[in-house]
Amino acid sequence: MPTLEHNGKAFTVDEDGFLTTGMEEWNTDWVEYVKGVEGISDLTDEHWKVINTLQEYYKKNGIAPMVRILSKTTGFPLKRIYELFPSGPGKGACKMAGLPKPTGCV
Amino acid sequence: MALIKADKLGVSVAKDPSLMTGAIPKRHWMDTPAVFKPGNYAYPTKPSIMEYHKFPNPREWNPEEEDWKLPENWQEILLKGLKERLDKFRSLKVFMDCCVRCGACADKCHFFLGTGDPKNMPVLRAELLRSVYKNDFTRAGKILGRLAGARPLTFNVLKDWFMYFYQCTECRRCSVFCPYGIDTAEITMIGRELLHLVGVNINWILEPAANSNRTGNHMGLQPHTFKDNIGYLCDDIEDITGIRVEPTFNRKGAEVLFITPSADVFAEPGIYTAMGYLLLFHHIGLDYTWSTYASEGGNFGLFTSNEMMKKLNGKMYNEARRLGVKFILGGECGHMWRVVHQYMDTMNGPADFMDEVPTSPITGTRFENARSTKMVHISEFTADLIKNGKLKLDPSRNNHRKVTFHDSCNPARAMGMLDEPRYVLNNVVNNFKEMPENTIREQTFCCGSGTGLNTDEIMELRMRAGLPRANAVRHVADKYGVNTLSCVCAIDRATLTSLMNYWNPDVQVCGVSELVGNALVMDGEKERETGLRFEPLEGTEG
Repeated sequence: MPTLEHNGKAFTVDEDGFLTTGMEEWNTDWVEYVKGVEGISDLTDEHWKVINTLQEYYKKNGIAPMVRILSKTTGFPLKRIYELFPSGPGKGACKMAGLPKPTGCV
Repeated sequence: MALIKADKLGVSVAKDPSLMTGAIPKRHWMDTPAVFKPGNYAYPTKPSIMEYHKFPNPREWNPEEEDWKLPENWQEILLKGLKERLDKFRSLKVFMDCCVRCGACADKCHFFLGTGDPKNMPVLRAELLRSVYKNDFTRAGKILGRLAGARPLTFNVLKDWFMYFYQCTECRRCSVFCPYGIDTAEITMIGRELLHLVGVNINWILEPAANSNRTGNHMGLQPHTFKDNIGYLCDDIEDITGIRVEPTFNRKGAEVLFITPSADVFAEPGIYTAMGYLLLFHHIGLDYTWSTYASEGGNFGLFTSNEMMKKLNGKMYNEARRLGVKFILGGECGHMWRVVHQYMDTMNGPADFMDEVPTSPITGTRFENARSTKMVHISEFTADLIKNGKLKLDPSRNNHRKVTFHDSCNPARAMGMLDEPRYVLNNVVNNFKEMPENTIREQTFCCGSGTGLNTDEIMELRMRAGLPRANAVRHVADKYGVNTLSCVCAIDRATLTSLMNYWNPDVQVCGVSELVGNALVMDGEKERETGLRFEPLEGTEG
């Protein structure tokens, strides 16, 4: 597994740059790092609302929420989520929140 | 990896002699090794997933490197594995022996058409294995060697196997045209089984298979999540129709167990198909239950090994027995139907603990075709309801859609279900147009991403392999203004969506049952202002 460094902190990531151990290794430095990769200029309360929602859901369910649930829980329509995370809820928001990639017929 | 533009697609993979460049190969195929580079292979399986399955040789490895960290005696392992399978599967021996290289299959493969790579001709794909069979298991090969098409099992052969048994979607279009009926899917299946013996495989297949073992479904939805997700879909149904549907879970004594791919209760656009099922069952008052244990119709075991397929298939039947249902109703899944229709009977069956012949509780129709498997397809079930006048339908609610139908490979070729979905469509939509005849029914072109090849790191290959299908859709989009590609498979719903975004961005993908749900006139419903994906209906836009 590749390792990457940001601000002197090391992270183990998979081929697509998701945290290998997920939230165990997750911290605000990781968020700062993904922010740069994703090209997000300012992290707002709205970003944090999405991140917190994803993490809370993941703790209860062991999987990322379906997009409609994310929308309903945060109150952000999908369009707004894409504005916040340009590469989308899966590749952008889940990566930043330290969730793994979904698999299967998706 | 970034997806390249269409005009570059023709040269990015196929710089060497190929169908794409028009140049004739100057080297014998045996002397042309497979070259792995980013974008042309799916990620190897994570060691933790291999350990979970108790598969041999879990490790970190990279196909681009020359050291694949194979067991020292890997050749011996593979040849022993091949021998066992030749003894066990008569079909494999016949397929190895009977090919006359007539070439009828060559240009029938979507992977060959899309990549132009000669090793994607089904005849040559089989030859990758056959050459080793000849070398070690036939007298002609032992004596004449390469003259007889034989070659020893070297590392380059292994590379060929990993590259091209994972550039085949086991769709079986080539088999339709083979005068001997050679089933390339079975050759690919054996090829993949052999590769597992030395720990060469891909994560996108084995992780869903592990999930299905652990949580009951490929997505990894735990029981409470599975139930909650369907609850959310019920909320949406209520918003759209004013009707509250109340599905049940794990209910003993229900007449019918309903099983569909888990993507239908997780990802768009499958969730709209699931809303269609929920509306339909409510409409007819079906006594049915979902299961949070048998919560997956799909079976990535089919893409892994015969043993894994048997194990995952067994789950559905164990649950049917536990709940005491009369039969299983299966949702819009592709490869589940190949497993059920072609392997179930001798693998886990016959399922004679259920009713002798599945019978529709609404129409009394006996599904003789499901006598052994006890599993009825949602499209045949729905078609029968329509034929017997049991559904109140308003097809004009789908007037915003001009629909064509993609025959999903397995229901079409492995199950022979060709007319039922069309009968349903003709009753629930007013605008249905067929794609050209050599691209539908038995001759349907694969979505290009089946058999667990629906992962994003090989997106370019997927867009290439899906080109023949996309091209046929383009034809009806240009000619008739088709804007909806319907299908009966969850992998299709996911992968055709990517394919259309790339080749035909104005075409949406949906399951047939979504269109049924749109058209169903429910007792006591409110006037519909949107379809099941909250899209405006004709006459209600803006």
